[in-house]
Amino acid sequence: MPKDHGIGASPKRREDLRFLTGVGRYTDDINLRGQAHVHFLRSDVAHGRLTSVDTTAAAAMPGVVRIFTGADFEGVGGLPCGWQVTDRHGAPMQEPPHPVLAQGKVRHVGDPIAAVVAETREQARDAAEAIEVEIEELPAVVDMKAAVQDGAPKVHDDLTSNLCYDWGFVEDNREAVDKAIREAAHVTTLELVNNRLVANPMEPRVAVGDYAPGTDESTLYTTSQNPHVIRLLMGAFVLGIPEHKLRVVAPDVGGGFGSKIFHYAEEAFCTFAAKQLRRPVKWTSTRSEAFLTDAHGRDHVTRIELALDADNNFTALRTETYANMGAYLSTFAPSVPTWLHGTLMAGNYKTPLIYVNVKAVFTNTVAVDAYRGAGRPEATYQLERVIDKAARELGVDPIALRRQNFVTEFPYATPVAVEYDTGDYNATMDKLSQIADLAGFEARLADSKARGKLRGLGVNCYIEACGIAPSHLVGQLGARAGLYESATVRVNATGGVVVMTGSHSHGQGHETTFPQVIAEMIGIDEDQVEIVHGDTANTPMGMGTYGSRSLAVGGSAMVRAAEKVINKAKKIAAHLLEASEADIELKDGAFSVAGTDKSVAWGDVTLAAYVPHNYPLEEIEPGLEETAFYDPNNFTFPAGAYACEVELDPETGKVTIERFAAADDFGNVVNPMIVSGQVHGGLAQGIGQALLEGAVYDENGQLLSASYMDYAMPRADDVPFYQVDHSCQTPCTHNPLGVKGCGEAGAIGSPPAVVNAVVDALQRAGHDITHIDMPLSPSRVWAAMQG
Amino acid sequence: MAQVNMTVNGKPVSGEIEGRTLLSDFLREGLGLTGTHVGCDTSQCGACVVHVDGAAIKSCTMFAAEAAGADVTTIEGMANADGSLGVVQQAFQDHHGLQCGFCTPGMVMSAAALLKDTPRPTEAEIRDYLEGNLCRCTGYHNIVKAIMAASGQDVSAVAAE
Repeated sequence: MPKDHGIGASPKRREDLRFLTGVGRYTDDINLRGQAHVHFLRSDVAHGRLTSVDTTAAAAMPGVVRIFTGADFEGVGGLPCGWQVTDRHGAPMQEPPHPVLAQGKVRHVGDPIAAVVAETREQARDAAEAIEVEIEELPAVVDMKAAVQDGAPKVHDDLTSNLCYDWGFVEDNREAVDKAIREAAHVTTLELVNNRLVANPMEPRVAVGDYAPGTDESTLYTTSQNPHVIRLLMGAFVLGIPEHKLRVVAPDVGGGFGSKIFHYAEEAFCTFAAKQLRRPVKWTSTRSEAFLTDAHGRDHVTRIELALDADNNFTALRTETYANMGAYLSTFAPSVPTWLHGTLMAGNYKTPLIYVNVKAVFTNTVAVDAYRGAGRPEATYQLERVIDKAARELGVDPIALRRQNFVTEFPYATPVAVEYDTGDYNATMDKLSQIADLAGFEARLADSKARGKLRGLGVNCYIEACGIAPSHLVGQLGARAGLYESATVRVNATGGVVVMTGSHSHGQGHETTFPQVIAEMIGIDEDQVEIVHGDTANTPMGMGTYGSRSLAVGGSAMVRAAEKVINKAKKIAAHLLEASEADIELKDGAFSVAGTDKSVAWGDVTLAAYVPHNYPLEEIEPGLEETAFYDPNNFTFPAGAYACEVELDPETGKVTIERFAAADDFGNVVNPMIVSGQVHGGLAQGIGQALLEGAVYDENGQLLSASYMDYAMPRADDVPFYQVDHSCQTPCTHNPLGVKGCGEAGAIGSPPAVVNAVVDALQRAGHDITHIDMPLSPSRVWAAMQG
Repeated sequence: MAQVNMTVNGKPVSGEIEGRTLLSDFLREGLGLTGTHVGCDTSQCGACVVHVDGAAIKSCTMFAAEAAGADVTTIEGMANADGSLGVVQQAFQDHHGLQCGFCTPGMVMSAAALLKDTPRPTEAEIRDYLEGNLCRCTGYHNIVKAIMAASGQDVSAVAAE
């Protein structure tokens, strides 16, 4: 019998009521009295020297309040990068400045040149068209390998080259890996592209800056996954505003997928301009602007080699990747192709020797940073593709080859610096076999053939590192931030609970799931628990939501704070019951004395905390409110096995996803309904990457896929009903809830399944095709079929 | 500027608009009905879908002036008279058909329009009809399931939650 409340139940989401009735409060719904609107004039060339920006005529246009250019920001800080990578020779990465408005040069299409503040959005836009800009156009660098050739035009004149860093991991393993590959019985090599994607949360970014002259306080309302991070980065590094004079609010946020982690120029601009102009300043991105300014994702070019011995055991893995940074370093960009990618190259397998080389490159394109999965999809894709290719070369079953090489004993220390605490990869593969009905594939294949279609089956595994992250570890790896999370649990006098969390919900359903945990711990109804998030003014300093960390890290902080509350409440209860604290038990919302029928209700204890007439004042303070900061001591390692079945039209090359199954091990699960929903969404994004999506630049640095007319988002008729399962549960050993995180799995595990399936379909039909780069559009598949 | 009059969610409304004012902007900025969302500028995403004289239209693709005299329904007008969720809204909650909520108003409005014309749509008909509504969170699974459920179909055989 499924539970109807608490941990493991699937109560309906409480946040749905406001979203379904149109009374959510997203940032663009906020309009402040007296607000002005800003429109950014953006570069329409990818690379050029700004020779003149004449705002004279524009400034005289109706409604114009003021026009800002790069000159207005010369005494202001640039947008900071939050992660420093050290290259394989011991040197720090090259880190160019990133001004709020372009100074001297423009470096990608969309780089902001001027900002027009006017009474209305339309007036700002009209005036921007009257600004006269002269740009001496320079040759653009778009292709990564060309960008690091001698003599390539430099994106940043002051850097030695376009190479941000040349990273080796584990550098001490390099020669041993080379030797193992030279001496291997079999080596499978694969060159592939992990296509550039645009995150595309449905809500475009918005920023509203406000300033209160009476108190010298600035407020920024913004579409962010982590308001505290924005406050720290923008206050300390860009605008020089101390935290106690700066409030950042991220109200209802319409999806993020990583792209709303980062601190963007428009946020700093609106905050800065509001103070300068003494009135609120609002910016609402259009979708077209979003394509040109939101950080993109992925964009790796990789060569991977897998070495096997004569018994098909993996003996070594070597991979060389070019990773596009774009024109500037976005907030966490350097970490994605390195520590979020290299450390996952062991996958689910006991490969003893691994070497990862990554060359990060500046180009005249939009900055690239974390997008759902961030580094882990790139690792999974290349690993699971090369294993599949190896199986085909060796003539062995791809599932059997995987099983043979699975890590089966835990904890397991990989050769790439992480230790998996728990897992059972055979269990998820067994479960997958069942829910995907792998046994029925041959019959479905015959049916497809009878209809003149090709059919293929792709299976793969994935592992990811979530619960990001142990601060002491990421500090050693170059993070300029701690990655703990925080929670304050405030119990009100009448027993209700408010949890103020540093995590941020932008679709994940924290307002429903976090109360399930508190309700379980105390034994009260979930509707007695309220979650507050998204406002630096009323939540403790926390690092926000990304990397599938909310429950594993933020939830753990909440549990720790709740434990403190419960411990204090037990002292109060012991006093009220005239019993020893050690004998007090909390169950179903009442404190009782073990072995007796004496008890006191939760609400009576909480009331006593705030009306301390009969209260142990000499031992404890009144009140019932505790804060905890939780810093994990390891990552969590969700893992699973995915299967995709495709049908392929040989006449057109069109691929249809017929079946998709995902068997995941997320450890313990608080709300199965929400977990399934997270997997569904990730699968669609991964299928989108595999079949549809691709951000494409031409050789001049123009983004060709800059709207929904050109960038193919997955639609309802591109995907099937999915079979998902998360009943295989090996709980995380090092956080109090035993949870691992589920937000990114679908996007990580699904692209190789799709590509494996398409290659399988083509090979079954006799085509000598071992790889096609994503997205597997009909034209690419058809072209491959023509040889 | 010109005056425009229309009926929105059963109430007569009027406002000053420019010729270029979009219906979506009039609803959001002029009337404060911010449930209608704008997710793109090329008429692709469908977050702005409302009903105009009973037909589902993308309000970002219609001038406010074109809706003069029309009967407009937005997401704010979809609940029952007693404030409880309407059938489609309730199905979306029951089947977890929304996550971040941004595409949701358009999804609900499109779904309601579909069900008016096609009371028991097949899965394929629903997926085809939603061609003009993008969702980035749900992978569409629970949206399609919710719409089938709202039409009275048994969705217990559809996988998972």
